[in-house]
Amino acid sequence: MRTTSTPPPAAGPGRRAFLAGGLAAAGLGLAGCGASAAGGRTPLRQWNLFTGGDGARMVEMHDAYTREHPGVELRPTTYLWGNPYYTKFAMGAAGGRAFDVATLHASRLRGMGAGTLIDPVPADLLAEYGVTRDDVLPNVWDKCVVDGELYAVPLDTHLVVTYYERGACERAGVLEPDGSLVATSGPEEFLDVLAAVKEATGHFGVVMDTTGAWRQFWSLYRQLGGEMTFDGGLGLDDDLALQALDFLRRVCDDGLAPPASDAPGTPANFQNGIAGLMFAGNWELPTFQTAGMDFGMRPFPGIFGAELGQGDCHVLVLPHRRTRDDRAVRTAVEYAAWMLKNSIVWAGGGHTPAYLPVAESAEYAELRPQAEYRHAAEDVQFDPEAWFSGSAAPLFAEANSVMAGVHNGSATPEEALARFRRAAERLIDTPEPV
Amino acid sequence: MTVPAAAATPPRPRPPAARPARRRASLAGLGFVLPFAVLFAVFLVWPMLAGLWASFTDRSLARPDAAFVGLANWRELAGDAAVWRSLWTTLLFTLISTPPLVAVALAMAVLTQRVAARLGWFLRFSFFAPFLLPVAVVTLIWTWMYQPGFGVVNGALQAVGLPEVAWLTDEDTVLAAIAVTTVWWTAGFNYLLYLAALQGIPGHVYEAAAIDGAGAWQRLTRVTLPLLRRTTALVVLLQLVASLKLFDQAYLMTAGSGGPNYAARPIIGYVFESGFTGLRIGYASAVSYLFFAVVVAVSVLQFRLFSRKEAE
Repeated sequence: MRTTSTPPPAAGPGRRAFLAGGLAAAGLGLAGCGASAAGGRTPLRQWNLFTGGDGARMVEMHDAYTREHPGVELRPTTYLWGNPYYTKFAMGAAGGRAFDVATLHASRLRGMGAGTLIDPVPADLLAEYGVTRDDVLPNVWDKCVVDGELYAVPLDTHLVVTYYERGACERAGVLEPDGSLVATSGPEEFLDVLAAVKEATGHFGVVMDTTGAWRQFWSLYRQLGGEMTFDGGLGLDDDLALQALDFLRRVCDDGLAPPASDAPGTPANFQNGIAGLMFAGNWELPTFQTAGMDFGMRPFPGIFGAELGQGDCHVLVLPHRRTRDDRAVRTAVEYAAWMLKNSIVWAGGGHTPAYLPVAESAEYAELRPQAEYRHAAEDVQFDPEAWFSGSAAPLFAEANSVMAGVHNGSATPEEALARFRRAAERLIDTPEPV
Repeated sequence: MTVPAAAATPPRPRPPAARPARRRASLAGLGFVLPFAVLFAVFLVWPMLAGLWASFTDRSLARPDAAFVGLANWRELAGDAAVWRSLWTTLLFTLISTPPLVAVALAMAVLTQRVAARLGWFLRFSFFAPFLLPVAVVTLIWTWMYQPGFGVVNGALQAVGLPEVAWLTDEDTVLAAIAVTTVWWTAGFNYLLYLAALQGIPGHVYEAAAIDGAGAWQRLTRVTLPLLRRTTALVVLLQLVASLKLFDQAYLMTAGSGGPNYAARPIIGYVFESGFTGLRIGYASAVSYLFFAVVVAVSVLQFRLFSRKEAE
């Protein structure tokens, strides 16, 4: 039996619509919703999760968009990254009339209801505005396809990379003559580099977010060739997972990395010179550029194989609509295509543009230090596929919580793996909410 | 024939006239009660019933319809270690945060009461000021203070020759660190209640005690504290409820992760995670109702304890 609403008064718009409507009204501030007195301009309500450097770049792009589109009234709304955003996204989309286009992580397409909360992107309309499969890296485009249908327009690829501070690395003697960090292969070579840098800084060789260990773990596990599946139980190679976790234990245990460094502390530690290297997402780039540091970036080191790094894509999606509105969809698709074509601005924030004409342009090739790691986007390692997986999703949160113990020594790799297994099995047994 | 009889019947205008008057009076009463009754029903009774109903369904944040699933959510809850772990985290936080929040507030109030009048405004201001800060500001300040490597707390530890502590990333210290922040942040409210109560104690009581030869310590323990008992009961009750509602500072100081190995994920954090991250409103409702029962139980227990003391 399926009921449509909670018990007493089922009449009227219902609680969900009421909540979503209230939320939309709150989100849009006093602007009010619906087509207001915009003087015949088409309203385009955009929701995003970009603050900081990314937020500033999005505003810059929106200003340019508004100048070029006098007929569109763009109304962007920014929410805090992660769950605060996804919560509102789900409720807004469930209401069916909160926004016209929204940003999302490609890894969350399944979890956020592709097909129920999110409508497919009309590929022919997108092609009309100049974006087809040939214009985007195939691995990225395919990530936006669910059950054969395109559900998202990819804006960028972003992934975990290596930052290095030239002063410390030079003193440690780990720079090439051109000022880039030496390439290493295998764990021992990399640990030698860390030991040299540690000597130069007097504190640590490398710093990474120990409260967000999933990114490190998944990068290393994928380098080892590990797979993770969730069909009828957790499919995970214990030996490879332990090898990856043991590396995280070892760098901290040997004093080459701080055993505890949280999300705000990690870039601060790097900036303060406590470590000469940092593993972090490419989006930290503007922080150090603004600080005027002499630093470079290269892909996540190939410790167990190729230089693979965990990452994701920012995409633009169309919410499911209660009532068909071709004009709004057309405006939203045109906006998405415009954002892709102008993503050179976006690349300033460290993200690799998904749109190949921009990614292959001379203008992008000249961007430093983006040029040092941009090829890594071709082999970005997406999170495993499941409704509970992806950026800020439950699996990511569980992994971060149990793996922090490996870094700070409160849990052995075996204990952390057992806890992760239990958490993942529980998520697999949880009824799917979308 | 019937006319005289009818005329003989005494006219009874009263009852019919009285009835509309009473009805008018009761209508007016209803009119006064109605605004509150409607708000109460719409914003408290109905959501509570709706939440209870949702706990028997598989309602999802991302699906418009929901199916009745009987006791499935409740069965799952009973076997979910995360529920009991986070409930324990909340209770532990309440246990470690309530005593200092009451004691520190009392000490600050007594201190303010005793200092020279010229310093009083300054103490009142500085003791109460943190309470006025928004939680985001408080947690931002303390997150930086707790940082290993460059935070002021660890700097002070190292200055006196102690080793650094990874306050927010060690599962043994994270909850205590959050409790310390909470004391700093919210003791001001209890302080205000105590200060008001202290000012209500007449001076002659102290004079009489002094004449009887009571020293400063005796005046505090034999006069001040007994006369503050009712205030203490109120402060403890309010504080217990406030501590049980732990969520925002724990969420912010662990970046929403619940802390290392979920050592700082309170039950409300788990409700938030299952309901909003996991989109499972039905299951989250069941967990909320479990928590609701705990809050009621703690409040009743506390009320019993203190009312017995009052009766003594």
